[in-house]
Amino acid sequence: MKHILSVLVNNSSGVLSHVSSLFTRRGYNIDSLSVAETQNPSHSIITLVVNEDERMVHQIEKQLYKLMDVIKIENLSNKESIERELMLVTIMADRSRREDILSLVDVFHGTIVDMTESVVMIEMIGNPRRIRTFLKAIEEFGIIRMARTGTVSLPFSSAE
Amino acid sequence: MAKSNKVKEQEVLQGAGFEKLVRRNPQAIKKSETPVPSAKVMLENLLLNGVNICWGYPGGAILPLYDHMYSSKIKHILVRHEQGAAFAAEGFARATGKLGVAIATSGPGATNLITGIANANMDSIPVLYITGQVATRDIGTDAFQEADTYGMSIPITKYNALIKNPDDVSRITNEAILVAMSRRPGPVLIDFPKDIQAKSTNIEYNQNYHLEPFHFELNDPAGDINQLADAFNRASRPLLYVGGGAIASDASKKIIELAEKASVPVVMTLMGLGAFPGQHELSLGMVGMHGTAYANKAVMECDFIISLGARFDDRVATDPNEFASQSMRAQIDIDSAEIEKRVHVDIHIQGDLNRVLNELIPKVNFVKKRPWIERTNELKKQNPLMFNREENVIKPQYFIHRLSERTKGNAIVVTDVGQHQMWAAQFYTVNKPRNWITSGGLGCMGFGLPAAIGAKFGRPDEDVVLITGDGSIQMNIQELATARMYNVGVKIVLFHNGFLGMVRQWQELFYEERYSSSTLTDMNPDFVKLAQSYGIEAKKISKPEEIEAGIDFLWSTKGPVLLEVMIPEQEKVYPMIPAGHKYEGMIQFDTTSEKGELFSIIPHQEAAKK
Repeated sequence: MKHILSVLVNNSSGVLSHVSSLFTRRGYNIDSLSVAETQNPSHSIITLVVNEDERMVHQIEKQLYKLMDVIKIENLSNKESIERELMLVTIMADRSRREDILSLVDVFHGTIVDMTESVVMIEMIGNPRRIRTFLKAIEEFGIIRMARTGTVSLPFSSAE
Repeated sequence: MAKSNKVKEQEVLQGAGFEKLVRRNPQAIKKSETPVPSAKVMLENLLLNGVNICWGYPGGAILPLYDHMYSSKIKHILVRHEQGAAFAAEGFARATGKLGVAIATSGPGATNLITGIANANMDSIPVLYITGQVATRDIGTDAFQEADTYGMSIPITKYNALIKNPDDVSRITNEAILVAMSRRPGPVLIDFPKDIQAKSTNIEYNQNYHLEPFHFELNDPAGDINQLADAFNRASRPLLYVGGGAIASDASKKIIELAEKASVPVVMTLMGLGAFPGQHELSLGMVGMHGTAYANKAVMECDFIISLGARFDDRVATDPNEFASQSMRAQIDIDSAEIEKRVHVDIHIQGDLNRVLNELIPKVNFVKKRPWIERTNELKKQNPLMFNREENVIKPQYFIHRLSERTKGNAIVVTDVGQHQMWAAQFYTVNKPRNWITSGGLGCMGFGLPAAIGAKFGRPDEDVVLITGDGSIQMNIQELATARMYNVGVKIVLFHNGFLGMVRQWQELFYEERYSSSTLTDMNPDFVKLAQSYGIEAKKISKPEEIEAGIDFLWSTKGPVLLEVMIPEQEKVYPMIPAGHKYEGMIQFDTTSEKGELFSIIPHQEAAKK
C-alpha cells in the first residue's frame, strides 16, 4: 500500500545522502522523493512516497528516526491531507490532432506552456491520480519527454 | 526579540503539523581571547570528555592534529595498520564501557578503518573515529589520498560529520561523543580536513548541540509494563533471552535479581555472554546456531520468552517464523527499530533495559523454584556439551575447559572469529559483563589481537586472554609489534589446525568434503619463531599432557606471550543448527561414530553442585 511520509530534517548537505543510503541499504522501495527548504531555512521537508505494507512502513519510520538530522516524521496517509504533483510533458501534436489535445488539456485543467509545428508542452498540477489519468489519456499522441516532481503533501488544518 | 521570533517559528511549524517541536537550548559557549588551532581544540575537547588514550596511525592529511598530539596529555598508541587502531579502540570500549578513539589519515587510512567501523556498528560499540581529509579547496578534485570518507561512513555510523569551519570543531566533537555514548551506543566519525586542522578559532568549547534531544536523551519506558508483568506471572515456563543490550545498559544486576526472584532460566546470545553469570544454576549458556543443546531445547519448550536487549538475529532466530513459535514473545529494547524487525512479538517495551527492569521486578511474583527449572536441569543432564578425547591429540574444547577452570571464569576473554570463537563461547564460562569480547554481528576475522590489546590498556590489572586461530591471527598479525612496543600483557592462545576451520566444517557438512581454498597448511609460518622475531615469548604444545604447563607458561610470563596449540583439523563445533533451519533441525555431537573417549561437560551448573 502507498504511504506518504513527510519528514522534517535539518537542512544540511548530508541529509539526503543519509536518507537515500538508508533506503538502499535496507531495500525499501521509494516511489518518489521530493525535498526542499521550509519557511525556516535551517529545515527541509522530505516527502517520501513508499509502497510497502503497514509493518514495513512502521519499520521505515523507526529507522528514519535514528538519523541524526531527522526532527519529525508524519505519515500523512493516516490523516486527511492534500497531495500535489507537478508534471511537464512534451507530446506529438501535429495540426490534425491539436484540437483533441487542447480539449483534453482543458478538461484536466492543464496549461500549454510551449508549442511548435509538431509538439506541445503541457504543465499539469494535481493529485497523483489525476496526473496518472491524464498521462493515460495522452499516451496515444506519443510522449516525447516528461518530468515529474514527485508528490508533496500537507495535512488539512481544517480537518483537525 | 530573538525569543519572540522563536515562538513564532514554532507556531508556524505547528500549523504545518509538526506539533511537539523541541527547540534547541543554547548554552554558554566558552570563547578564548586569542585564537587556538582547531586541532588543539579537538584534543582539548576529547580530554574534557574523559578521553585519555587513543589508537592511530599518522599520515599526510592528519599531521596538524598529530603535531598537537605530541604535546597533548592524551596517550597515543601507534598501531601497525589502521584496522588495528579501529579494533583496539573497540576492544577498549567493550572492556571498559568508555569511549574508544581511533585516528587515521585520509584516503587509505580512512578506508582501512571501515571494517572496524562496520564491526562497531553491528555490535553497538561507542567508538569515535577521527580521519584526516584533504584540504577543503581540494575536496572533490581526486586529490592525493582523497576518499569520500563521509559518504562511505554513512551506512555504518550513528553520526558522522565533515568539519568545514574551525568554529564548529568543539560542537561537532561534543556532539559526536554524546551520540556515541547515549541510548543505543554506536560508532561516530569526524572527517577533519587538513587546512581546517591548522586554522584557528576562538570557540574553545561549545555544547550547543544541533541535535534534537530525543536523539540522545533517555526516554521513560514506552509500553505496558503491567501487561508484561501479568504475562510473566501467568507463564509457567518463562525464559530470559539476553543480548548485548544488557551489557550496554549495565543491566546484569537487575537481570540476576529478576531471574532469581521469579526462578527463570536464562539463555544468552554471543553478544550477551557475561551479562548473566555463566556458572549460575539458572544459566543455560549460549543460544542459537552453536548454542548449547539445553539452551536451544529450552527455547523450544518455553511458554514465554522475553528478549532483554537482543535482536532475534539470524544466528539465534535461525528461522524467524519458527523461533519459539509455541510461546508468547516479549521484547525490551532501547531501539524501537529493533522491535518487531525480524520476529513478531506479543508485548514490547521500548526503553533502557535497566529502567524497564527496575519497574518490572517489583511487579513480578516471587517463585521459589519452578518445576520448569527441574526440567531445564534435566535438559542439561540429557544434552551436555560433548566431544571425544583422544590420545596424543589436544582437543580445543578441553583446552578451553581447563583455561576456564584455572582462571575460575574470571579472565577477560577476547576471541577472533571462527571455530575457536564458538568453542570459547561454549566452554569458557564467562561470569561477568565486559569479560567476553568478540566480534558478533559482523564476524570480523582479525578482530582478536588488536581488540585484546585495547582491552588490556583499558583494564591493565586484569588477565586478558586472546583465543584465536591460525587463520584469524594472520589478518592482523602485525599488531604483535604494537603489543611488544608497549609491553601489553596479552596472553595469546593460538589454535593451529592448518585450516580455516569453520569454512572447512561447512565444506565437510554441506559441500561434500570439497575443501575449496580453506587449507593453510601449505604455507603457514612457524608461529613460535614469528612471535619470537617480534620479541614475544612463545611456545608450542601438541600433546594433552602439555596443556597444564602451557597454561602455566602463559601465566608465568610477563608482557605479551603466545602459546601455539596444535589441534586436529577435522574437529567440529557441535551442536549446530544449519543456517535458516528450525531448532528441530539441530545437529548434535554424534556419540557413536567418532573414535576416542567421550567427554561431556555442563559448564553452566557449577554453582548448583556446590
